[in-house]
Amino acid sequence: MAQTVFLEAINQAIQEEMRRDESVFILGEDIRRAIYGATADLLSEFGEKRVLDTPLSENGFFGAAIGASLVGMRPVVETLTSFMWVAMDQLISQAAKMRYMFGGQATLPVVFRASMFYGAGSAAHHSDRSYPMFMNMPGIKIIVPSNPADMKGLLKTAIRDDDPTIVFEDGTLFGMRGEVPDNSELPGEELLVPFGEARTVREGTDCTIVAIGGAVNHSIAAADQLAAEGISVEVIDPRTLVPLDKKSILESVEKTGRLVIADPAHKVCSAASEIASIVSEEGFWSLQAPIQKVASEQVHIPYTPSLEKHVYPDAPKIIAAVRRTLES
Amino acid sequence: MEIDRDILLLMLRRMWMIRNFELKVMEVHSAGEFSGAAHPYIGEEAVAVGACAALEDTDYITGNHRSHGHPIAKGGRVDKAMAELYGRVDGYCKGKGGSMHLADYSIGILGESGILGSSVPVAVGAALAAHIRGDKFVSMAFFGDGASNQGALHESMNLASVWNLPVIFLCENNQYAVTTSYAETVAVDHVSDRASAYNMPGMLVDGQDAIAMYEATSAAVKRARAGEGPTLIEGLTYRFEEHSLGLGRVARGAYRDEAEIAEWRKRDPLDILEKTLISQGIATREECDAINAETVEEVEKATEFARNSPFPEPEDLFEDMWANPIPLP
Ligand SMILES: Cc1ncc(C[n+]2csc(CCOP(=O)(O)OP(=O)(O)O)c2C)c(N)n1
Ligand SMILES: [Mg+2]
Repeated sequence: MAQTVFLEAINQAIQEEMRRDESVFILGEDIRRAIYGATADLLSEFGEKRVLDTPLSENGFFGAAIGASLVGMRPVVETLTSFMWVAMDQLISQAAKMRYMFGGQATLPVVFRASMFYGAGSAAHHSDRSYPMFMNMPGIKIIVPSNPADMKGLLKTAIRDDDPTIVFEDGTLFGMRGEVPDNSELPGEELLVPFGEARTVREGTDCTIVAIGGAVNHSIAAADQLAAEGISVEVIDPRTLVPLDKKSILESVEKTGRLVIADPAHKVCSAASEIASIVSEEGFWSLQAPIQKVASEQVHIPYTPSLEKHVYPDAPKIIAAVRRTLES
Repeated sequence: MEIDRDILLLMLRRMWMIRNFELKVMEVHSAGEFSGAAHPYIGEEAVAVGACAALEDTDYITGNHRSHGHPIAKGGRVDKAMAELYGRVDGYCKGKGGSMHLADYSIGILGESGILGSSVPVAVGAALAAHIRGDKFVSMAFFGDGASNQGALHESMNLASVWNLPVIFLCENNQYAVTTSYAETVAVDHVSDRASAYNMPGMLVDGQDAIAMYEATSAAVKRARAGEGPTLIEGLTYRFEEHSLGLGRVARGAYRDEAEIAEWRKRDPLDILEKTLISQGIATREECDAINAETVEEVEKATEFARNSPFPEPEDLFEDMWANPIPLP
């Protein structure tokens, strides 16, 4: 299997889908010269009509992508999570609501690829991890890949899916290397990861960690350290938050009796809170200890590294949370 | 410009259809047959009808809260529209959209938006698809003078211009946004003056004159199909009724002069079109009256259709969320 960098996995997914289907096109700011890396070399292969550099008008070009999707195109929009705020009207009033509001007449196969550049001194305006806000709004599928193979496989699935999808691309993983199978090694010669199927990253018996995006690697590191002390941790990566594979989470908690949720987003009304609420409602009798959320502190992202490093979940915080579940 | 007789008569029919539809809506709404907001298009019929007469079924439109006129002008069905207002399963959106969200994807009506300005980028997107694929269709976005102040309008006009897209921005300037006059909120004399900032033609048209609207829009459609890019058209018009049904009961104080309303009512778009057709020997008084009567009848049937259609079942609540369905949380 080939070792592939996360950003290359994004590039491969887009390139393969653009080759396969002429209705796929990409648009965003500075994508022809690929300043964020994911769109490298697409202009030369697919030309200016299918690789569009947009004006700095997120609300306008998000809406244009939505409109194009309604009439048979499959647009892939590149943006930063933090720039979605100025396009919220298009995402919510149009993308999320159109199909239902028009009684099923509208079909919107549009993908928004939103990078999350947190943890790198980008400060409050460029460090958002906003997937919980979109989970609260019905109508948008939400994926948060944690490694190159899932990144590629989920993005390809998103491009083929007929509903609006936001792909939250975790910037802390952009340089991550991982095994991505060559298409020729795969059944059907395609890497397609289905929505709504969690991945068991590592099996264990004492405590379950449900980890999202960049928190998966921290959870693996935590599990390694705890294993050295004889504590066996299971790590589950939901991969998609809408739809959410609650069955896999509940089954794991049934086995371990303990749950820690590691989530790089803010902790209030979050993916972590939703998972905690599902397990309290539907898995309560499996629990042997209170659920622990390890999510971002409820403050804005400070610029200075000396403060920012305290905001997000990391291995020490996750280890401490696992220990709390084992105390009782 | 020589206009085909069929088109002129079709315009008259659609204008009467809108007028009689709206009169019926006002009647049954005040009788309490359904509730919710509804924004009558009476007085403005020539704008949408003239504009849509220049389009084909394969062209696209998006619209706003004042939403009954646009679909009827584009050839939509009054029975499905009325059933939607009644919240019934046979409505255009199976009762999920209501008055402000009519849509008919079979004839390019991509949907009306209750959030103002929001559907304009969507129309630009349909045009973008035409541009990428080399298709010949055009798209048209209806919006009001009030919505012309939305950022979405400016982003859309700039985008359409730099990409040279086949879009027509169609401003229905009825001179008020609810109670606020456009003179107080639009920095230029006319919304169409803004076109120059986006390097596209801007046309100010008499919105009470269906033929003028048809001619202006035809020119814009021709430009768009020829790959010459977008146009901004402003139809200057007036709404004869209240902003929305029932609002008169809550608004404190008048915001429009009685004299001003009376003055504009003298310029009824139906009178204007009928007079032209009769004076030019295109139709007789009797033919015009017959068209009116036929549309009254059709609206009557549509209302019966709506009344007889069932309400959706509770399980329909969960339908139409997704094209590729997922389990409920
Ligand atoms: C984004 C947004 N802001 C405010 C409103 C409330 N609202 C409904 S209609 C209206 C006035 C619209 O004026 P205009 O665009 O001129 O259309 P008209 O009603 O005159 O046809 C307002 C402010 C809304 N629906 N959407
Ligand atoms: Mg107005």
